[in-house]
Amino acid sequence: MKKVYINSVASIAAQKTFDNTTFLEDVTHYTETVLPLIDPNYKEFIPPAAARRMAKGIKMGVVASRLALHEANLENVEAIITGTGMGCVRDSEKFVSAIIDNNEQYLTPTSFIQSTHNTVGGQIALGLNCKGYNFTYVHSSTSFESALLDAKLMLACDEAKTVLVGGVDELGDHTVKIHRLIKHIKQVPVNSAQLLESKTEGAVFAEGANFFVLANELQKTSYAEVVAVKTYNTTTSTVTQVVEQFIADNNLLINDVDAVVLGCNGDVTYDLPYDELQNQLFANIPQLYYKHLCGEFNTASSFGFWLGARVLKEQRVPVAVQLNAQTKKEYKNILLYNQYRGKDHSLTLLRKC
Amino acid sequence: MSKGVAITGMGIISAIGNNVSENYTALINEAKGISRISKIDTIHKDAIMVGEIDFTNNELAGLLNLPANNNYSRTAMLGAIAAKEAVKNAGITKISKYKTGLISSTSVGGMDMTEKYYYEYLEDTRKQKYIESHHAGDATQKIAEQLGIKQSLVTTISTACSSAANAIMLGARLIKSGELDRVIVGGKDCLSKFTINGFKTLMILSDTYNTPFDENRKGLNLGEAAAYLVLESDKVVQAENKKVLGYVKGYGNANDAYHQTASSENGDGATLAMQQALKVANLQPSQIDYVNAHGTATANNDLSEGRALLRVFENNVPDFSSTKAYTGHTLAAAGAIEAVYSIFAIQNNVVFPNLNFKTQMKEFAITPQTDFKYKPVNTVLSNSLGFGGNCSTLIFSKNQ
Repeated sequence: MKKVYINSVASIAAQKTFDNTTFLEDVTHYTETVLPLIDPNYKEFIPPAAARRMAKGIKMGVVASRLALHEANLENVEAIITGTGMGCVRDSEKFVSAIIDNNEQYLTPTSFIQSTHNTVGGQIALGLNCKGYNFTYVHSSTSFESALLDAKLMLACDEAKTVLVGGVDELGDHTVKIHRLIKHIKQVPVNSAQLLESKTEGAVFAEGANFFVLANELQKTSYAEVVAVKTYNTTTSTVTQVVEQFIADNNLLINDVDAVVLGCNGDVTYDLPYDELQNQLFANIPQLYYKHLCGEFNTASSFGFWLGARVLKEQRVPVAVQLNAQTKKEYKNILLYNQYRGKDHSLTLLRKC
Repeated sequence: MSKGVAITGMGIISAIGNNVSENYTALINEAKGISRISKIDTIHKDAIMVGEIDFTNNELAGLLNLPANNNYSRTAMLGAIAAKEAVKNAGITKISKYKTGLISSTSVGGMDMTEKYYYEYLEDTRKQKYIESHHAGDATQKIAEQLGIKQSLVTTISTACSSAANAIMLGARLIKSGELDRVIVGGKDCLSKFTINGFKTLMILSDTYNTPFDENRKGLNLGEAAAYLVLESDKVVQAENKKVLGYVKGYGNANDAYHQTASSENGDGATLAMQQALKVANLQPSQIDYVNAHGTATANNDLSEGRALLRVFENNVPDFSSTKAYTGHTLAAAGAIEAVYSIFAIQNNVVFPNLNFKTQMKEFAITPQTDFKYKPVNTVLSNSLGFGGNCSTLIFSKNQ
């Protein structure tokens, strides 16, 4: 089995993360329940006419993938694997509402065509003329990790040498409105710096795209090694036990973990497993969090993956993501843990390379 | 690591039958499941024909013993019924005995409920339970719960009409690599106004029975269905002394990279997918006994797929047929439905007819099999081609 490396990273998020020469030195704090995106200049990458036709998710995905390929010094990849929890919601909303509002008449196909979950993956392939393997995973908060698992399997078995992997989700007005009604979105705005102290139900929603080139050859641009990724639809034991087993399966001790990146989102009902790790198993190592910066979406954990990769490469933890006062001289193994509303948990182990 | 990927169970519900044996009986009796639509109130009801499952949502909920306050979409109920049959058919009594995963697929997800209650959600709190059933992973989560799969690898693939084929492909790779000992793979999609109107705007819905590979084909009939296979490793098959129905021998996935919805004229993606599947299976084209084609009966698909078949098999295209004249095009489920039919072909040494075919296409000389052909069937190649250029091929075999 070959080792798998992250050879480039690209992030479009509610922070100015699309420029890899900076690393969360200058973060934007919001007092909102839904975060806006800090857009790169899409026109630098996509002709304006084409950009106008593209829905937000497609635009984010296409540009993030271009950035990732550029940093990895690649013209193309052998496979494209995308994760998206909600898919192209804006076009879905457009088409459903048009069906209802016009009683199934006067419809045009554009929004239907773009509503398909694999539109982003298909558009990236079309742009690159990449005829290779192309999969899209759509499984809630493990959409990105499913894509990652597939890519890792492919590279470890040497079925491909380079794979583009990404997580992308966009917001739609109606989707936001109804998720507010069922309190999946917080009712009252909270300052992002105090997200975890809100003690209220729901999360702060957002959108974003994080893409990576994974490869089975180390190169100058490499960020980290992807040692393991595992997903769990539910947990039947405590999260501590799940983590202990995962670490043991990878022939490590808990003490070998130098930092933990947690996907806590400030939802008082569902943050308990994160609290458990924070207060017990990993109380004495650096703890990082990120959803106060990028918001919650089904593939927000791809931002956590971006964060872990960058910390391993740069060997420093930005102040904005520090959850406790611990620091380390050297970061070798970083563990990522995420779940959404108590379901679809994932553990990812990254290592300095 | 497992050398073989054994199929030890199957489950299916489609317009031609509510379980495995009903589907086989209908195939053998040339009993099409295509009719006018009865369960969705659409203005297109006289202009289209569909492959609809007889059960109402209430009847499906009854079959699953769901409580009245359940929030299952029709997609989730169809999936749960087929997946439960597959597990039962595989003789599995304790699902947690081996590392067991679930890989499901869908394209519409919970859209049937979303389009019904889209605006009502804003006012009627009783309907809001379905908001959470919209996303594509919801039905998979529910099927896992129905099957008792916990703390395991459970995921969902959505690559339009190739989704279930890709779920089977991933499952086979996970068994081969030893990541899982056993995995339930397949797909499900229900009919919805969303897809009816979507395909209507693309002008690829036929107003009569669909006629795959016919010169005068008028487009596809949408269908609804769900099907699952149980895949098991050599280790499980040996330890449990399992009866093996067939093997997933090869798989290939490629992207046409041509157009968001149309297939390239020469079927580049389909050609690559078939070639790759043959390579993985370590088979020569001449060793394929039957091709279960994607054959949607749209002008574009059948031409592109036919040309791809000619490129892969040159002048020796094996017996081929599309079974979509029976079931309609069941979108994300199609690859799993046709996997079950491919296994039927292997088990019964029969090539199913391509119903409704009358006139030879003028672009090429290949003709689908139009009546039953009984002959040794050891290998079946099945294609699934979708929007986004997604092309997948699976090869099933009688022997490892």
